[in-house]
Amino acid sequence: MNLTLKIWRQKNSTSKGKLVKYKLDGVSEEMSFLEMLDMLNEQLILQDQDPVAFDNDCREGICGMCGLYISGRAHGPDVGVTTCQLTMRNFKDGDTITVEPWRAKAFTVIKDLVVDRSAFDRIIQAGGYISVNTGSMPDANSIPVSKRNSDLAMDAAACIGCGACVASCKNASAMLFVSAKVSHLELLPQGKIEAAERVQNMVKKMDELGFGNCTNTYACEVECPKQISVSNIARMNREFLHAKVCKEKH
Amino acid sequence: MTKLDSKIPGGNLADKWTNYKSVVSLVSPANKMKLDVIVVGTGLAGASAAASLGELGYNVKAFCYQDSPRRAHSIAAQGGINAAKNYQNDGDSVYRLFVDTIKGGDYRAREANVYRLAEVSNMIIDQCVAQGVPFARDYGGSLDNRSFGGAQVSRTFYARGQTGQQLLLGAYSALSRQINKKTVTMYSRREILDIVIIDGKARGVIARNLITGEIERYSAHAVVLASGGYGNVFYLSTNAMASNATAVWKAYKKGAFFANPCFTQIHPTCIPVVGENQSKLTLMSESLRNDGRIWVPKNKDDRRKPADIPEDERDYYLERRYPAFGNLVPRDVASRAAKERCDAGYGVGSSKLAVYLDFADAIKRLGKKVIEERYSNLFQMYEKITDENPYETPMRIFPAVHYVMGGLWVNYNLMTTVPGLYALGECNFSDHGANRLGASALMQGLADGYFVLPYTIGEYLSADIRTGKISSEHPAFKEAEENVKEILNKLINIKGSKTVDQIHKKLGKIMWEYCGMGRNEAGLTKAISLIKELKEEFWKDVKVPGELNEFNTELEKAGRLADYIELAELIVRDALHRKESCGGHFREEFQTEEGEAKRDDEHFAYVAAWEYNFDDEPLLNKEPLKFESIELKQRNYK
Repeated sequence: MNLTLKIWRQKNSTSKGKLVKYKLDGVSEEMSFLEMLDMLNEQLILQDQDPVAFDNDCREGICGMCGLYISGRAHGPDVGVTTCQLTMRNFKDGDTITVEPWRAKAFTVIKDLVVDRSAFDRIIQAGGYISVNTGSMPDANSIPVSKRNSDLAMDAAACIGCGACVASCKNASAMLFVSAKVSHLELLPQGKIEAAERVQNMVKKMDELGFGNCTNTYACEVECPKQISVSNIARMNREFLHAKVCKEKH
Repeated sequence: MTKLDSKIPGGNLADKWTNYKSVVSLVSPANKMKLDVIVVGTGLAGASAAASLGELGYNVKAFCYQDSPRRAHSIAAQGGINAAKNYQNDGDSVYRLFVDTIKGGDYRAREANVYRLAEVSNMIIDQCVAQGVPFARDYGGSLDNRSFGGAQVSRTFYARGQTGQQLLLGAYSALSRQINKKTVTMYSRREILDIVIIDGKARGVIARNLITGEIERYSAHAVVLASGGYGNVFYLSTNAMASNATAVWKAYKKGAFFANPCFTQIHPTCIPVVGENQSKLTLMSESLRNDGRIWVPKNKDDRRKPADIPEDERDYYLERRYPAFGNLVPRDVASRAAKERCDAGYGVGSSKLAVYLDFADAIKRLGKKVIEERYSNLFQMYEKITDENPYETPMRIFPAVHYVMGGLWVNYNLMTTVPGLYALGECNFSDHGANRLGASALMQGLADGYFVLPYTIGEYLSADIRTGKISSEHPAFKEAEENVKEILNKLINIKGSKTVDQIHKKLGKIMWEYCGMGRNEAGLTKAISLIKELKEEFWKDVKVPGELNEFNTELEKAGRLADYIELAELIVRDALHRKESCGGHFREEFQTEEGEAKRDDEHFAYVAAWEYNFDDEPLLNKEPLKFESIELKQRNYK
């Protein structure tokens, strides 16, 4: 198929960017979206033009490194996939496709389609863990976990930290990302002990870093490549309120 | 005379590690604060090592090329992690896990290391559960297990089809906690371009900041490489796009010996290649072989749909050839068997380079819901890529490069031949011999990082408590930095006519054809000359656009490819010298009448450790493998 691409080009974080139009012919439908961009880049290099910079690594939908805003949707038109798993089967001959980076105050553009998502790491560093040192643990089966809670924890833990939730939210809120980690740990007996402090520290950090508020539009859930449920946000809000109330009582 | 001292502790096999731990030198908490350790890579081995060393009180500097340590390629491991817990009461033990691993590796791994790996495996599961890793559980709340290739017990712990992800996020959370406590400083988007040696000891690294292009110096008392494998030498592999061998290759060129480079693992169950633009191969977890049955039509060139081929016209060739293990034979055996059928003309799909992996029987027996629960994410991934529904029609699969057993030579302490330079996880050679069993890579990465290195590094660092800070102004840093800059300058100024990928694809084709699943003397000899020609072509004609001092993906790729080309030659050289077949290394000249790998224990029961020799051919050093607790036997999965 033959395509017209409108791609965001920006030299670095301080320069201004703009959409640039490219024609690309001979794209086949079994190619992934990123392989289509590889094809474009190979052509640009041979024509002495600067190739398009985009983040990617595992190319099997699990590392969370890729993430493009494709014709108005995070990770493109298919449901439950990352950009690297999006096949060109989802497009047709003659299509014009707009490709932009994640847009959010907390994610600055590094170059072209590459953004800085280190804010997510800083939120995890603020408390997204169970405080256990190597070596100080009981036998694994001495901590029974109900299958239900274990499955719910796994559902939440499946988050790949790609940032699609933030990019899809009109407020650039990170609530789905943060609540997924809060839920994963809170649902397990091992994680209960620090639950109150964890949720407060993580939410505080999230606010500090410039992510917006949640106004329950649920766009994040729709665009999440791992289909993380917004019920995690409800669980986090409950946990947060509980932590605040209990703190005031003490 | 060998220069290799493996430093295996004395005593009975089962007591070695305990004895070692009781007498190893310690570093006091006050002194640990004065010692810096660099950790390169944040996969299972790197993240667990950095976190554990940070907890102990060392000053850790951790590096990764990705934008976040959470993205290292351990994350893509699907099926599970082995441990000898015997929770299923099916006769498992530390000794059995040890035997299975040695046997699975076709008797080319070091006994003492493998025994230690099996011994600490149980603690890994405890540690991960304590961190909140959501392993699969049964209705009573206990941990569940599944079976994997090369074992007759169920010892594999798993978190759906995302075990690697969950274990890595566990290690990442431990690492994040230490970053918050400031015991670990994290440097993301950095590529390590050289190792700095001062007075014979590893004392630092030269890194490139991948955002700004700046060349940076970092010093430390010890350097730990946990930078993963080199499967991308083959261009198409299941590795991540930027997984690379640069750090280990630079270490080799600074004096670290490279062991068994030809031991590469071709994984039997991957989605077949379609088209020239394909950039990577996607694995379908080995766990699928628990319930999937592998077959090809009994008739050559059978063009019927799989559903139209009746039962008695199907050849379940693994069940036929290996009745005892059936579809759960080790990976090397399964891959070769698939190649054999396809070479003989029984392959399926448009390329004829595929076999069926069929779930119809399992769905009939267990119901669709159970299969969904076990493998839904894998089935979904398959459908997205191929546009076929594996609940209704069998998957088409074919072997692909997946893992490398070879890597930097390390002694029992995980130290390379360069004092103070350690190698952990996939980038060392020590535990998997000539073939790795499924669910053992995760085990090894975490064993090395959580439970081995934190003990063994103390032995080395205890002698360094009076050294003081290592200055990055030392002439050795300056020299290394200048070398790095010179190479980068050279790359960007070639301004040739071929892209990095064009040359990389050529390298991949040479390696896959002559040094893939089947190897022979004529082909390997030819490969060496082809690689030499390609090296010349690369340095004459590669085109690297852009500038040095900016975000420049093509420049990163060019540097990695330059190292792959050199490493490829060493891989082929090693394959050529090893005149036997073992594990993943199948020399067509050496096979049994049934077409199985034929080892030569009399002449090749050793680790081949290659020593860099500048412009001359590398030197071969041999570490003889002594098997004291296990009898060397022809592997038999029949």
